[in-house]
Amino acid sequence: MPGTVQSIERAAAVLRLLAAGPGRLALGEIAHSLDLAKGTTHGILRTLQHVGFVDQDRASGHYGLGPAMRRLGTSQLDVNELRSFAINWADPLAARTGEAVRVGTVLAGQVLVVHHVFRPDDTFQTLEVGAHLPLHASALGKVLLAYRAAGAVPAAHLDRFTRRTILAPRTLAAELQRVRGAGWAADVEEMTPGNAAIAAPIRAHGGLVVGAVGIDGLVERVCDSRYRPHQQLVAFVRDAARSISRELGGLREAA
Amino acid sequence: MTERYVVAIDQGTTSTRCIVFDRRGRLVSVAQQEHKQYFPRPGWVEHDAAEIWRNVERLAPEALRQAGIDAGQVAAIGIANQRETTVLWDRRTGHPIGHAIVWQDTRTDDLVRELRRRPGAAVVEHDSALPMATYFSGPRISWMLDHRPGLRQRAERGEILFGTMETWLIWNLTGGLHVTDVTNASRTMLLDVHTLDWSPAALTFFGIPRAMLPQVRASIGGFDTARHAFPGVRIGAALGDQQAALFGQTCFAPGEAKCTYGTGSFLLLNTGDELVRSTHGLLSTVAYQIEGGPAAYALEGSIAITGSLVQWFRDQLELIASAPEIETLARTVTDNGGCYIVPAFSGLFAPHWRSEARGVIVGLTSYITKGHLARAVLEATAWQTREVVDAMNADSGLDLSTLRVDGGMTADNLLMQYVADVLDVPVVRPLAAETVSLGAAYAAGLAVDYWPDLEGLRQNWHRAAQWLPTMDPAARDREYRNWQRAVQRTFDWTRPS
Repeated sequence: MPGTVQSIERAAAVLRLLAAGPGRLALGEIAHSLDLAKGTTHGILRTLQHVGFVDQDRASGHYGLGPAMRRLGTSQLDVNELRSFAINWADPLAARTGEAVRVGTVLAGQVLVVHHVFRPDDTFQTLEVGAHLPLHASALGKVLLAYRAAGAVPAAHLDRFTRRTILAPRTLAAELQRVRGAGWAADVEEMTPGNAAIAAPIRAHGGLVVGAVGIDGLVERVCDSRYRPHQQLVAFVRDAARSISRELGGLREAA
Repeated sequence: MTERYVVAIDQGTTSTRCIVFDRRGRLVSVAQQEHKQYFPRPGWVEHDAAEIWRNVERLAPEALRQAGIDAGQVAAIGIANQRETTVLWDRRTGHPIGHAIVWQDTRTDDLVRELRRRPGAAVVEHDSALPMATYFSGPRISWMLDHRPGLRQRAERGEILFGTMETWLIWNLTGGLHVTDVTNASRTMLLDVHTLDWSPAALTFFGIPRAMLPQVRASIGGFDTARHAFPGVRIGAALGDQQAALFGQTCFAPGEAKCTYGTGSFLLLNTGDELVRSTHGLLSTVAYQIEGGPAAYALEGSIAITGSLVQWFRDQLELIASAPEIETLARTVTDNGGCYIVPAFSGLFAPHWRSEARGVIVGLTSYITKGHLARAVLEATAWQTREVVDAMNADSGLDLSTLRVDGGMTADNLLMQYVADVLDVPVVRPLAAETVSLGAAYAAGLAVDYWPDLEGLRQNWHRAAQWLPTMDPAARDREYRNWQRAVQRTFDWTRPS
C-alpha cells in the first residue's frame, strides 16, 4: 500500500470538525483544535472553499460546511447552472460545425438533455431541452458512461434502436475503454438511422466529469466515406468541452 | 489575400471589451477589463473616463494578439457604449474635469423637479421626444456647470468639452475630433430629433453653451481614422449599446423588435423613418442613421428590475446559491400558487413611470413555498415585458409578431417559455449572443463596405433556439388580470415627506 497524503488527512479532520458542531468556527479555533499552524490551516480551508466543501461567512469570516458537502453523492452540479456555463461555448460550436449542439447529464439511467442549440440553417426545429437519450446508444451517453458521471453504469439489458446499436455488454465495455483512451465518443447510426454524433466530457473541479457536450447531424456530413467522424469536427467538439471545463474549474492550464 | 476583420469596442457600465469578428460575424477573440465604480454619496454613480480610455489602449493590442492579427488586417472599428453617461474635459490638455456621471446617477433629482416647472420645459420635451428625467445627459451637464466655480465661463469660451462615452473615445482615438453619434445625442434631451441637430431652445433652457457640444454625425459612416489604440484604422460606426443590440439582432424593418434581458431589460422596436411619439410611457429614440440617409427611429421600453430580482432572491433572501438555480427551484412546482411579486424596488419604469411605487409580494397563503416564489420572480420579468409590448403595439399600430431576445437571462428556458406564453408570439434567440458588440461591428463593417448591405447582414443571423406559445388563452387573460391587480397595489406607497 502506498503512503497516505498528509494534507488530505488534515482536510478530512477539518471537515469532521466543522460537521461536528452546529455553529461556524474561526480560523484560529480550527487551527488550535487540530494543532496545526494557522498558515497551513488557512491553505486547507481555502482549497476546501474553492471546491465548495467549505464556505466562509461574509460578515464574521468564520467557516462552516459548504453547499457542495451537503449535496455530496446526489448531483455535482445544478443542471441549469451547467447550461449557463455551457451556453457561451455551445453557440460557437454550432456556428463552426454547422450542426446542432446538445449538452447532456445523467438522470435516472438516461441522458438528460440540458441545453440544445439549433442547427444554424434556420429550418424549423424544436427545442429538445428536457428530452432523454439512451446512455449506450448516444455519443453523449457513452461519454457519461465512460467516465461514470454521477455514477452512471450501463443497463443490464441494452435496448436496440438500429442494427448498429451496441447490444453486447462486452462490446460496450471495449467501446467505453476506447472512449476513455481517446477522450471523445461517437455514435454512428446507433440511435437513429442516417444520423451520427460526436461528444466529449465536461469536467468540474478535480477533473470530475459532470456532463458531456456534442454535435449531431446527418451521417454524410459528420462522417467520412468510411463512416469515421471527421477529425476537424472532433477537434471542435473537444475544444468546446475544454472551454466549458475551464469555466467550471475542471481544467488545469497544463491540460 | 490576407483575411480581414472588424473590431468592436463595447464600452459598458461595468467593463470595456474589445472584440474581433470575422466576415461571417463570428467572434474571434475577446479582451475585457472592468473599471472602478465610484459611489461618493447615496444615489451618486461615477466613472473615471481617463481610466476607461487607458483600458481601451491596453485592450486593443491584447484583442489583436489573441486573434493573431495586426491592425493592418482590421477593416474598421465600431463603438457601442453605455448611454447618457456624461463626461466633461479640458480641450487643451484632454484631461477629464472630475469623474464622469453615470446614467444610473440620480443627483439631478431636485434639479429635474425644478426644471419641469420652468417655462419652456414642454418645448424641450417635444423637440427631444423625451420626458424630463434624471436619466438623460442634459440635466447632468447643467448640474456640473452649476457646481464647479468658473466652469460655465470656461465652457462659454470653448475651453471645456462635453461628450457621451463614444465622443470621449473618438476624441482620444483620433487625437482631437469632437463628434457624437446621433443615437447617443438623442439621449441628451438636447437634440432636436426632427432636424437631428442640437436644439437652440434646449440649450437656452438648460443654460448649456453651444461651444462645448460635439458635432452630430450619422451613426454609420463618418468618424475619421484612429491615430491611437488602432493606428490607421477607420472608425466606421458608433451607437448607443441598446441601439447596437437592435442592429446586431438585424431588426432593420419597422415592426421588428428585440429585448435584451440583463440586470434590467430593454425592449426596442424599430418604427422605421417615422418618429412615433408614445402616449403610453415609452421613449422615442434614434435607432441608427447611415450617412446620407434618413434616420431610423425606435420606441424603447426600459424595465428597471429583471435579472436584479433574481440577484435579490439569491443575495438578500439566500433561497438559491446561484442565479441559474432559480429555474431548478421554480420547476419544483407547476404554477405560482396564486403568488405575484412586483419588483418596484425604486419605483416602476415603462410604461407606468411611478417613482413613488414600491415592491409587493401578494397572494401569500400558508400553501406558498419557495418554489412558488421562484416562479413569481421569473413571471415578473415576463409580465413586465408584456406591459411594454402592449404599450408598443398601442403606440405604433404595429403588432409584434416575433420577439428576438438576447442577454444572460435567455439561458433560463422556463422564463423564455413563459415570455412566449404571455406575449402569445414566438420568442427567438439568435446564435450570436454578443448582440451589442456584434451590432457595432456590423455597423462599422457596413460603413467600409466590408459587408455590402443590410441584406448581407441578415444572412449572418441564425436561430439558435425558439420558444412557441402554448398557454391556454383563458389562463393567460386570468394571470394578466392578476398581475395588473398586483401592480396597482404598489402605487402610492411612499409619501412625499
